Amino acid sequence: MTLSLRELSVSFRDPAGGALPALGPISFEVAEQQFVCVVGPTGCGKSTLIRVLAGLLPPSSGAALCDGEAIDRPMRQFAIMFQDANLMPWRTVLDNIALPLEIAGVSRPTRYEVVRALLPQLHLESFELAYPAALSGGMEQRVALGRVLVQQPKVVLLDEPFGALDALTRENLGRLLLRLRRRYVQTIVMVTHDINEAALLADRVIVMSRGPGRLVADVSVDLPRPRRHDMIYHQAFLKLTKRIRASIDDLSA
Amino acid sequence: MGKVRLDESRHREMAAGLEVSLRRLAPFLTIACLLLLWQWISSRGIISHILVPPPADVYQAFIDSLADGTLLKHTVITLEEMLYGLLLGVGIGLAIGYAIAKAPILENILSPVIVAFQSTPIVAYAPLLVIWFGSGIASKIVTTAVIVFFPTLVNTIVGIRSVSPNLRDLMRSLKAGRWQIFRHLEAPSALPVILAGLKTSTTLAVIGAVVGEFVSQGSGLGYLVTSARNLYDTPLVVVAVLAMTAISLTLYGIVAYVEWRFLVWQRRASA
Ligand SMILES: Nc1ncnc2c1ncn2[C@@H]1O[C@H](COP(=O)(O)OP(=O)(O)OP(=O)(O)O)[C@@H](O)[C@H]1O
Ligand SMILES: [Mg+2]
Repeated sequence: MTLSLRELSVSFRDPAGGALPALGPISFEVAEQQFVCVVGPTGCGKSTLIRVLAGLLPPSSGAALCDGEAIDRPMRQFAIMFQDANLMPWRTVLDNIALPLEIAGVSRPTRYEVVRALLPQLHLESFELAYPAALSGGMEQRVALGRVLVQQPKVVLLDEPFGALDALTRENLGRLLLRLRRRYVQTIVMVTHDINEAALLADRVIVMSRGPGRLVADVSVDLPRPRRHDMIYHQAFLKLTKRIRASIDDLSA
Repeated sequence: MGKVRLDESRHREMAAGLEVSLRRLAPFLTIACLLLLWQWISSRGIISHILVPPPADVYQAFIDSLADGTLLKHTVITLEEMLYGLLLGVGIGLAIGYAIAKAPILENILSPVIVAFQSTPIVAYAPLLVIWFGSGIASKIVTTAVIVFFPTLVNTIVGIRSVSPNLRDLMRSLKAGRWQIFRHLEAPSALPVILAGLKTSTTLAVIGAVVGEFVSQGSGLGYLVTSARNLYDTPLVVVAVLAMTAISLTLYGIVAYVEWRFLVWQRRASA
């Protein structure tokens, strides 16, 4: 599925009734099966962008389209993941991952079968009956990732999914994400604060500016796949991250 | 070296075990001390037996009232009033609480009535309820329901409003319907707060039923207290009061057990 933003902008209302521009106008396209990372300073509207794409927030003007059709409600075949794992504390790992299937009316034996097949890839096979309170941050995000994957989405929207994790865990999850993507190729839009992470994972990095969020750079990442972590020491990678970095620094200058 | 450490850890374990059993035992020790004090005061004749009957007299009154069936009869009546009152008050509290949590405008509309009811002592308007609902069981059910309604209402509102907005977004993105959102998100996440409210409600329910019985004579433990008092049968008054305590504690215990059974995930969380 392809996504396109056409002069999309969002503004909120302040308590006095005035408009608070939060995003845009911004336009770009995401091609079928492309992995796009969005970076930008805090408060520039990245989460707002994700919420519009998820159909959770209507645009104030312009449009977000999916295969040419306006996104005006949560779309089928879209899955979203947030910075906070957002698990239900009263559900076990198994039931948390199975939630989307349960909502879709899949019978219990079938959904457990599907989830159990997925658990080893998430390294969660010995935790299916654990409650979220007993999990580490990285495990929680793997559960959240599992909850995305059971939906077999065509489009995955990720809002700083690894933002709250330590560097090593974040690296592991990035690798896991790439591996899973190879198996279930999807269009991905991911927000991140980490330029290295963006360049290492994505096909393309979009840099947004603050006040309110506009597109200031659109950098394509020509590194070969599969990506390996030691690529961050390669010349090409360094040149790339320097370029992204420079476009962000221009903003604050 | 290894042995010393082993002994030390075993010693610490035993000390910890002792502390736990002491803490479990402490409430019973308190009760025993109070009973002894009670026995001592009445046996020394410090206070008249009509004011403070000795434990033996109370025990006798307990056996007598149990034997002739009065105690059981009145207890069952009070229990019945309480349970219907709980059902009614908690049911309405849950429904209105949910409605208010979903549509805040309702709070503005209903708050004058609710606040007025809540800030007026129930004892003051219980006679009115008797005039309206008669001196039968209905008026006692209503007094119980009224007193139980408020904590349920407040806890339901708090519980539903504290549902994580991110989880709401998640449910929306999964295209969950209203009923699914209620069943899979709102109900389970509000349940701990609602059960906590229910614990308060059970103890309040006894007050409601007994106030109703005080105001309109007839039957129930509240009636037993007033009729025994009129006959200066203090031991029977004490028996009736202790029966109320027992009812209250039992219901509280049942809710606490339900809480413990159903909130397994919370138990694991705090372990
Ligand atoms: N519900 C809302 N009501 C009012 N203003 C909002 C709301 N949500 C976001 N905003 C404002 O919109 C702007 C963009 O917010 P957004 O959360 O999209 O930023 P972000 O780029 O995701 O920031 P961060 O990197 O810190 O997550 C901010 O100025 C924020 O204060
Ligand atoms: Mg954000």
